[in-house]
Amino acid sequence: MAARPALDIELARELIDRRRSTPGAALPILHDLQHQFGYIDDAAVALLAEALNISKAEAVGVVSFYHDFRRSPVVGRVLKMCRAESCQAMGCEELVAHLESRHGIVPDDPKTGAGLHVETVYCLGNCALSPAALLDGAPIGRLDRDRLDAIVAGAKGQTQ
Amino acid sequence: MSARVFVPSDSAALSVGADAVASALAQEARVRGLEISIVRTGSRGLFWLEPLVEVETPEGRAGYGPLAAEDAALLFDAGFLAGGGHPKALGRIEDIPYLARQQRLVFARCGVTDPLSFDDYRRHGGLAGLTRALTLGPEATVEEVVASGLRGRGGAGFPTGVKWRTVAGTQAEQKYVVCNADEGDSGTFADRMLMEGDPFLLIEGMAIAAVAVGATMGYVYIRSEYPHAFDVFSRAIDRARAGGLLGASVLGSGHPLDVEARLGAGAYICGEETSLLDSLEGKRGQVRAKPPLPAISGLFGKPTVINNVLSFASTPWVLEHGGRAYAEYGVGRSLGSQPLQLAGNIRYGGLIELAFGPTIRELVEGYGGGTRSGRPIRAVQVGGPLGAYFPQSLLDTPLDYESMLAAKGMLGHGGIVVFDDTVDMARQARFAFHFCAKESCGKCTPCRIGSIRGVETVDKIIAGRDRQKNVELLRDLCEVMTDGSLCALGGLTPLPVLSALDHFSEDFAKAPPRAAAE
Repeated sequence: MAARPALDIELARELIDRRRSTPGAALPILHDLQHQFGYIDDAAVALLAEALNISKAEAVGVVSFYHDFRRSPVVGRVLKMCRAESCQAMGCEELVAHLESRHGIVPDDPKTGAGLHVETVYCLGNCALSPAALLDGAPIGRLDRDRLDAIVAGAKGQTQ
Repeated sequence: MSARVFVPSDSAALSVGADAVASALAQEARVRGLEISIVRTGSRGLFWLEPLVEVETPEGRAGYGPLAAEDAALLFDAGFLAGGGHPKALGRIEDIPYLARQQRLVFARCGVTDPLSFDDYRRHGGLAGLTRALTLGPEATVEEVVASGLRGRGGAGFPTGVKWRTVAGTQAEQKYVVCNADEGDSGTFADRMLMEGDPFLLIEGMAIAAVAVGATMGYVYIRSEYPHAFDVFSRAIDRARAGGLLGASVLGSGHPLDVEARLGAGAYICGEETSLLDSLEGKRGQVRAKPPLPAISGLFGKPTVINNVLSFASTPWVLEHGGRAYAEYGVGRSLGSQPLQLAGNIRYGGLIELAFGPTIRELVEGYGGGTRSGRPIRAVQVGGPLGAYFPQSLLDTPLDYESMLAAKGMLGHGGIVVFDDTVDMARQARFAFHFCAKESCGKCTPCRIGSIRGVETVDKIIAGRDRQKNVELLRDLCEVMTDGSLCALGGLTPLPVLSALDHFSEDFAKAPPRAAAE
């Protein structure tokens, strides 16, 4: 496993301070932290709790409630694959099976996927062009095996 | 004057290459020494034609689609800047039957204008509703919305005007308007399209509500799965401030209002209004027990109007034309127009805004043209993951709140997902529980535990273990979840499950798969 990059505590503190007086600041701050560091470090959670005057347990409770917030960094690109009903009707589960059988990648399993982290999401609002995905935030419609193979190959190429 | 070419920047259009088409057209024009101005718009919602490019001609806008970057040279050869013929020419866009047959009250401007041009918005009739509301005053504004019969478009169908009246009548130093843009139902994309394609309409609707109830701060809670919508909408807020729609004095009325876009963090439950409020407050997105109603004690404990994107976006039309004019659309107690969304295994998927009352069949066959796979339609799920699956025999059910309820379904947010005959309905029932288990906020037991027991019980049925007993148990579990859950997630998960069981019982009686039959 890749070594966890050291958290820049000062930068984290700065990000937290910038928004701490916003009403209901927790989510905006957590998004800023994840945007900056790629994940929410335990040390950042402690800082957040202190800044918002809530207990650490409460802060951890917020972070862990939302699917978006990662507790450890991911390496490489992030592919969010929709696996909700509309995409099921257009064969997203066959694509998931293909990912595993051909590339050994299992969605939501950080131990698989060289340079490509595949996450399950439920609906990307592109249901008339299912199956849908987001690659590092860029939308993909009518996802198929060829496109998926190209994405896997592209991600591998980047990390080598 | 240079020719005006319109290319959508809606994320569905982007997902099939709209940006590449736009740059190929610009590049080709440069090479040929032609001057064109490319306007990025929202989408018309005819998604099988995306990327769909339009050109302004004296006869109106001519459409071309679906295009790829490689089509650029041929388009210029065919004289598309003057609306010339081409294999992908669609003729005048408004004449395409899919669009011509719609009743677009909310989506009238979507795909037509530059979503981030406030001038464009004004030129195309924007602000007429808010302007009239400011003339009418708060009380008369609320009464127009009551008279329109508008009901919450998020799925619950609660009368919008009644909600506004409650907030208006509650005394408080601070009130809020909150827009629920946590559009999590599979098969729905109308909120996303509107925020990307006509964001000022939503801001205008929120301003109408704010002035009517006396709120001075608004929040729009947008799900994180919509990064592009969040980006476009955030920029629209800045421009609305610059244009005087927001700020210290809304359109010079003296009423202050600011709006902030907030990003969700991947939690389906935050589409439930009280979870959304807790999430906005920076907490876990857990459901609150009602009462108190958010209208009395909502965001930060203050009186709050919380409405779906489409509810707010319907009110400018209501105010401009009057509540009674709006109520002339629709049937029974389902008044006005509903943006329906056609998705899944469908040939012509897209956004279809119609007065309430067309049947499911008119949508999936008439507009949708059947499945994309070409196989027969077997099941149609209406209303998202908590909506029922309809078999062929029930496709003539009208799409309005009461008819859907009578058919043991619900209209929800208007999403329609089509499945062909390869679907296994026992698997779909299992997924309904699985989804509920994954997205449950955990506050009430029937939802948190019931969903997991549901997955296990369906697994036993699929595996062929004590089928009759387990089907009985499943029905019993559904009753507990329906009656005992705190909110619609646990309370409505039984809808897809029971509809699968009632209409597709053969899928629960198939020979068990070998791996599970040991």
